[in-house]
Amino acid sequence: MTASLQDPVLSVANLRVSIGGRTEAVRGMSLAVARGETHCMVGESGCGKSISALSVMNLLPRGIIRTADHIRFQGQDLLAMSERQMSRLRGDKISMIFQEPMTSLNPAYTIGSQMSEVLERHRRAIRRQAMDRAAELLARVGITAPGMRLGQYPHQLSGGLRQRVMIAMALMCDPELLIADEPTTALDVTVQAQILRLLQKLQQELGLALLLITHDLGVVARMAQRVSVMYAGEVVETGAVGDVFAAPTHPYTRGLLDCIPVPGKTQTGEPLGNIPGMVPRIPPGFAGCGFRDRCMSAAPECAQAVPLRDAGGDHSYLCRLPPDWTRASAA
Amino acid sequence: MVLFILRRLWLAALVCLTVLVVSFALTHLSGDLAASIAGPNATAADIAIITKNYGLDRPLVVQFLEWAGHAAEGDLGRSFLYHAPVSGLIRDRLPVTLTLGLTGLSIALLIGLPLGILAAVREGSAIDRGIMMVALLGQAMPGFWLGLVMIVLLGLELQWLPISGVETWQGYIMPGIVLAFSAIPALMRLTRSGMIDALAADYIRTARAKGLSRTKIILKHALRNAAMPVVSIAAVQLGFMLGGSVVIESVFALPGVGYLAWESIIKNDFPVVQAVVLFLAVIYIVLTLLADMMNALLDPRLRA
Repeated sequence: MTASLQDPVLSVANLRVSIGGRTEAVRGMSLAVARGETHCMVGESGCGKSISALSVMNLLPRGIIRTADHIRFQGQDLLAMSERQMSRLRGDKISMIFQEPMTSLNPAYTIGSQMSEVLERHRRAIRRQAMDRAAELLARVGITAPGMRLGQYPHQLSGGLRQRVMIAMALMCDPELLIADEPTTALDVTVQAQILRLLQKLQQELGLALLLITHDLGVVARMAQRVSVMYAGEVVETGAVGDVFAAPTHPYTRGLLDCIPVPGKTQTGEPLGNIPGMVPRIPPGFAGCGFRDRCMSAAPECAQAVPLRDAGGDHSYLCRLPPDWTRASAA
Repeated sequence: MVLFILRRLWLAALVCLTVLVVSFALTHLSGDLAASIAGPNATAADIAIITKNYGLDRPLVVQFLEWAGHAAEGDLGRSFLYHAPVSGLIRDRLPVTLTLGLTGLSIALLIGLPLGILAAVREGSAIDRGIMMVALLGQAMPGFWLGLVMIVLLGLELQWLPISGVETWQGYIMPGIVLAFSAIPALMRLTRSGMIDALAADYIRTARAKGLSRTKIILKHALRNAAMPVVSIAAVQLGFMLGGSVVIESVFALPGVGYLAWESIIKNDFPVVQAVVLFLAVIYIVLTLLADMMNALLDPRLRA
């Protein structure tokens, strides 16, 4: 999928990830994240969002292989980098936070120790400077009594606090890009809202590029300027959030949006939409649209290569249907 | 942390008491003590005299309280065989046994930990399989056999090391290696499996996402979390080396506690047997306590 963004911070072209040669987890995924914008990757569990993010970071588990036309960060080709070069970038210019705040911090070390080692590694800071920076960031992510928290261990903190610590830790070196992989999924609803608000505030204040992975379209609407809808290892639709939500074009995007009740529109008692079936496992050599088995508008030609269509502006999608298709005409 | 230590000490004291009761019961309830002291050719009159002289005709509770009271003061009775205080016998032999045990454990840790870490980091590779094969061999090899082979090879053929006694520090090398060999497989396996679990944990992914070096990830973030079962088993292994080195001490003719225990069992020297059992139990209790405290230092969640 081409992104018509000028000079993106992160640009991924035709990323493919294969798990042990049996499953194609990501199939030619492309993505561009602009400086200072929030870009949401949205899709069901198992559609390849997290694994795409881990591919960018080169943090894939052993046995999982990534290939791509390019993965560029600020013009540098990440594919050509050695592990040593890549490790200098991680935690410095590119940071990442994860879904599981309960297990993402090392239980054996204090918050202060885990935060300061980032600055010690990338800025050759001494412990005291690093601790000062850590305290400053803990205050910034809304943690009271940061001095005390620095000396505490992860098990003494709640899930919401731990995720705040993860965020603060990711910001230690003033990154250009923050990748957040479902950062609120494991948290209570009220805490989810707080963490999202915090991420939004930090993104705006620090001018971060934020790549936010979520399965929640509500989060997309609230946080993102751009959205990429992923399905079965492909970006099936991408564009400015306003455009995609106003005129969802891929059948999968439409299906997803139909699943959400809209205040003032959806009548009480009216059934919500659903998408029957599950995300399929894609074997090697699979061709055509990954969604066709669950698609109401599927046709025989969906088993062949699907064109990338332009829906106006930066809005594009991956389907045989024209942008102005309606359910009746497609059937 | 203070509360944690106090609680552990209290538990340790309870276990000590239990051990006192059990070691007393084992010697006094396993047949007629006076008859076995008197020997097979003794007459009924001899046995009666012995019963009276040793106070074996008094109620068991009284005998126990008296013995336990003395034991608490460090008086473990007198050996029938050596006609000397038992505590002195043990004290004389303790340095040899302690030196041997610590030598064995040090060698075991120096070899077992790095190899276990290496196997975990290279899980599934030829290196990993090779190391596990060595562990299997080590586990299957009897200590006395290895000891004898080393005596023949290093002691008699090459004459690099003394074959018996501890007149010089070199005397500890061969028995230390043999003892270490029995501990290495378990240490290595536990280190390996602990490291494999730790390396798969989410916090390791976080550490990698922070850009930390591989060395730091393995030695700081993974090893500390993998170390706890290793610490526990190392304490048990050291206990085993201090108490169970009977065979090794006899193969290398080392005048240690294990040798004393073996001798006193054979010759029915019951105050010594009783004292050695008590002594070994206390050693295990102390070592377990130390291991718990080390684990509490390693993992803050245990300190509550």
